[in-house]
Amino acid sequence: MLRALLLILSVVAIAHAELCRPDAQNAFKVRISIKTALGDNAYAWDANEEYLFKAMVAFAMRRYSSKSTTQISNVLLCNVTDRVSFWFVVTDSSKNVTTVPGSEVEAAIRMNRNRINNAFLLSDKTLQFLKITSTLSPPVEPSTPVWLIVFGVVLCLIVAGIIFLIVSGIQKRKKKNKESTERENLEEKVEVTLENGIPCEALDLKAGHINGVFAADDERFTSL
Amino acid sequence: ATPEIPKEDGRPKWDNKFQYLLSCIGFAVGLGNVWRFPYLCQIHGGGAFLIPYCIALLFEGIPLLHLELALGQFLRKGSIGAWNTISPYLGGVGVGSWMVSVLVSLYYNTVLTWVMWYFINSFQEPLPWSVCPLNENRTGFNEECYESTAVNYFWYRKTLNITPDIAESGTLQWWLILCLATCWAIVYLCTIRGIETTGKAIYVTAIFPYLVLTIFLIQGLTLPGATEGLIYLFTPNLNTLKNPRVWLDAATQIFFSLSLAFGGLIALASYNPTKNDCEKDAVTVAIVNSMTSLYASIPVFSVLGFKATTAYWDCLDRNIINIINEFDLPEESIMRQNYTSWISFLNSSYPEKIAGLKLKSCDLQEFLDQSVSGTGLAFIIFTQAIILMPGSQAWAILFFIMLFSLGLSSMFGNIEGVFTPLLELQVIPKSAPKELLSGIICLISFLIALCFTLGSGSYWIEIFDRYAGSVPLLVIAFFEVIGVVYIYKIKRFSKDVEWMTGRKLNLFWQITWRFISPLLLLIVFMAFATLQMQKPPSYTAWNPKYEGFPMKEEKVYPPWVQAICVLLAALPCVCIPLVALFHLVKQKRSSKDPSFVAPEVFSCQGANS
Repeated sequence: MLRALLLILSVVAIAHAELCRPDAQNAFKVRISIKTALGDNAYAWDANEEYLFKAMVAFAMRRYSSKSTTQISNVLLCNVTDRVSFWFVVTDSSKNVTTVPGSEVEAAIRMNRNRINNAFLLSDKTLQFLKITSTLSPPVEPSTPVWLIVFGVVLCLIVAGIIFLIVSGIQKRKKKNKESTERENLEEKVEVTLENGIPCEALDLKAGHINGVFAADDERFTSL
Repeated sequence: ATPEIPKEDGRPKWDNKFQYLLSCIGFAVGLGNVWRFPYLCQIHGGGAFLIPYCIALLFEGIPLLHLELALGQFLRKGSIGAWNTISPYLGGVGVGSWMVSVLVSLYYNTVLTWVMWYFINSFQEPLPWSVCPLNENRTGFNEECYESTAVNYFWYRKTLNITPDIAESGTLQWWLILCLATCWAIVYLCTIRGIETTGKAIYVTAIFPYLVLTIFLIQGLTLPGATEGLIYLFTPNLNTLKNPRVWLDAATQIFFSLSLAFGGLIALASYNPTKNDCEKDAVTVAIVNSMTSLYASIPVFSVLGFKATTAYWDCLDRNIINIINEFDLPEESIMRQNYTSWISFLNSSYPEKIAGLKLKSCDLQEFLDQSVSGTGLAFIIFTQAIILMPGSQAWAILFFIMLFSLGLSSMFGNIEGVFTPLLELQVIPKSAPKELLSGIICLISFLIALCFTLGSGSYWIEIFDRYAGSVPLLVIAFFEVIGVVYIYKIKRFSKDVEWMTGRKLNLFWQITWRFISPLLLLIVFMAFATLQMQKPPSYTAWNPKYEGFPMKEEKVYPPWVQAICVLLAALPCVCIPLVALFHLVKQKRSSKDPSFVAPEVFSCQGANS
């Protein structure tokens, strides 16, 4: 009885070793950089973290295929290094000693990448699945480009400045013209009142009219 | 004999002396102080470059500056009018410098357009030149961006949309047209009534760059790697002084940095009261200009040192990650400090594996040696450094406003050099407002400058900068000095200067004006022309299809472009003999015709009807 049990266990162990080794079929290498991501708050990678990893992969497989058959024991880890990198493979629970196709595992991981990253407080760059590329997030594009808004503001200010200067220039010129015509009028008035020492208003009041004799006289003289 | 200059001739004047000095300083201090002088300092032996620079300043810069300021202040006319007064045969000098001012204004404002484009793009998070855009099917980054860098991509593709060859004009870039219109609108706003408005604007545009430079200085000195940059910049290497190229670069740098021979300085000085000490002004402006260059090079090189150090650390980090991943060593086992010891250990134990990794050799000196001047420094190198600083948006905004004010204050001088002679030639009737003339100038310049917004525009700007803004200035300056000293006669001129400043002209000015400056200019001109003609004129093009991409492809100018280069350089120079010839012919014709009496005869005798 005991011998049979030992035989089965050893077969299973060997089978597992066969399934999970570097560059095995359907196996993926994972590289984790905890210190880079967390700095001083870095946790140590131990057996508990490995258990969590197995759990997350099993969770991803369950969510992807929506059949709750994958167990934590189906996820095999091997070759854990100090770098913190290791290989893992997912065995098929229904058929023993075979691995789930790599494409399925890849799709499952891709679908749940965010949840897996968050469980470990890491990101796509610090929790790397070497053969699984992450889809790049599209850049956030606002509806109107920001530069157009700034440009509009700058242009409005400048146009306002130009209009203000032109209008003030025209106003100044109008005022100068008005002032100069006012001054001319004032000068004329001054001249008019002082001409010949006789205030013209006095002449006007007398309502003088042209003396025809003197007018005729003027025409007699020859021009010089 | 003291000339009869009416005191109230209705000419606009500066509000105060400070405004005038600021305008001259603003004109002289431009983009070149920030992105050309530090580069020259770096490649020509650091602190040692200051020796030829100071010698050139003393014997070429200050004398020519004094000459121009004295001329403008005494004759109270713009460049064309001033040279016509000196002698009608020398009128061509004025026309030539006016032409150069026009050509330089055209392309200089386009450089400001680029600065404005970067400025309005600095209000985003993240900065658009820090990330590569994704390609069409979103599987990776845009190929052109991925192979070069995000900063290069934003400059060459998103800003210039550059064509791979100067013969391919490409299309007009609408975003650049918008920015160009804005820039010309700003120039119109500030120069709308001549010095009345520029005098107010100059307070901001001339002083603001110093504030920003100080802020950058403080920030730059706190960055890691700043000291490496500064040590690299200022370590004198006296061996470089044996290379005549260094002396030539110092002489040309002083000359172009002080904006001599543009006619702008003459125009600015013409609005001064005649009894003004132009000697002190000249020395002040020249020294402030050089001090600014030195002051600007400190933050520039702190930032460049920071950038080189960061690039060096990135290089090391990338190598370290590769090694750690390959050998599955624990994280942080190899740090930057013990990198070299680890490398030697691993190389001895596993040479094939190390060779297989293809590690790049990281050398700080190599990163520091990557020096660029001109637009590359501002739009590629500096923008890359700004991304690495915390609070990059604020730094980017400050930096580009500073560049814009530096360029704008130089544009004021350029536009005055164009505006003042036209105002005196009475191109528009006297009754028309000044605003109309400045509006026409800005509108026509904007329309012509539209061709710089084409895909090949930046190649054309390089041509204008190299040919229109260099050789003609040397020729014009040479004829300026010769004209004043030997045709107007130095005795007469020194009496005029004595009348203006109130003290006798120093012997130093006599010697430099008579012999040293013309000789220096002649040597510089010949050396410069020889160097330009030594190899066929070529340019480097940004061609994504080139095998060596992202290196730029070296191409030769096609013959029709070379013809345009020659035209640009020759046109202002050829004005001088042409105008002289024109007056000679007129004189000969008037002397042949005896009935034709010169109008001066009548004016001497006075009206006697």
